[in-house]
Amino acid sequence: MLLLMTAVERAANTGDERAQALIAHILNGQSSLFAELVKPYERRVYVTALALLRNEADAQDAAQEAILKAFTHLRQFRGESRFSTWLIQITVNEARMRQRKQHADLFEPLGNSHDEEEAGYIPRDFADWREIPSEALEKSEFRALLAKAVTSLGQKYREVFLLRDVEHMSIEETAEVLSISLASVKTRLLRARLMLRDILAPAFADGWFGRTPFGKGSKPW
Amino acid sequence: MVVNCEQVWQEISNYLEGEVNPELRAAMEAHFKECKHCTAVLDGTKNVIHLFGDDRSLQLPVGFSAGWRRRLAEYAPNPRGTALGWMLAMAAVALVSGSFALARLDARSVSALRSYLAEPGAGIPDAMMVAVSADGKTFHVPGCRFLHKHESENVRLIAASVAIREGYVPCVRCLRQYLNR
Repeated sequence: MLLLMTAVERAANTGDERAQALIAHILNGQSSLFAELVKPYERRVYVTALALLRNEADAQDAAQEAILKAFTHLRQFRGESRFSTWLIQITVNEARMRQRKQHADLFEPLGNSHDEEEAGYIPRDFADWREIPSEALEKSEFRALLAKAVTSLGQKYREVFLLRDVEHMSIEETAEVLSISLASVKTRLLRARLMLRDILAPAFADGWFGRTPFGKGSKPW
Repeated sequence: MVVNCEQVWQEISNYLEGEVNPELRAAMEAHFKECKHCTAVLDGTKNVIHLFGDDRSLQLPVGFSAGWRRRLAEYAPNPRGTALGWMLAMAAVALVSGSFALARLDARSVSALRSYLAEPGAGIPDAMMVAVSADGKTFHVPGCRFLHKHESENVRLIAASVAIREGYVPCVRCLRQYLNR
């Protein structure tokens, strides 16, 4: 795991040198290079917006708006943080602004209280979940099941989980873009992972997945 | 060191991140060997990370890239532009720079002093707002009591630089500090 992290971080650093070079060209008038600059982070921008807004259409709109804002404010990027961090921060701000407008926080799933986060999480299900072949991800029904599970998490767990485990951002970077402490990232991440396991384990428990092919007949959840 | 199930659950995330000390790691590994429940939790959590960490788990909606690129193109037109665009831009530049040149000429052309007896004054801040009347010869600090009554009907508040350009001279009372006496 440690080795993997270092490789991911090394790749991110190389990506940032590339970003810096592209930014210099864009600011010198080659604005068509902006698409190339943003391309590696498109999914991350979208997933971030989805983490906060939950609704696919809203997330898509907010993510696109964030990319346009990054373009218009590119001159303000000082290179103090990574370009990707800066871009994700713009996305978080854009999504939070929309949330406030929609009063979306009123409709968040329960289980968001501070006390609950502090208390230890006790797994509800101990079903033995055998390994899922990654080919299952080719099936849209399977992806829909995962998306549904993530959507059911409270926002503060969902956003940490999506940035860290889906987008492979470091714990430090996740804390930075969400303006929360490292300890909060770790606590929320633990809880998000355990909750997702509880949601998904019954569906994937030994035998279920093998006996009930996805996309054919009854759903296992 | 011995750990119980609850301690294992609280550290399972750090364990998978490789962020527990060797002693705790060894204790957790010993616990997993004996506890079927905690092994199930560990395997399930690994699966969650593995599945969601796969790029295919969450995909960009179709048309996402095309959408923002189109919006960007509307925002930032092709920098090369057309011949007509360049001509329009050049014309605009000529117009703007021409107007600045005219403004500078205008600033230099000061009207003759309205009163040959008065002194023009020196060091008066250009942007200072002063009161003048159409019929009068002097400009005043707004509210100066020497602004004559018959003048007050047509009082204008203008910048000192404009008043000077129009030939007004500073009031010897309220603007005495600017006169070279």
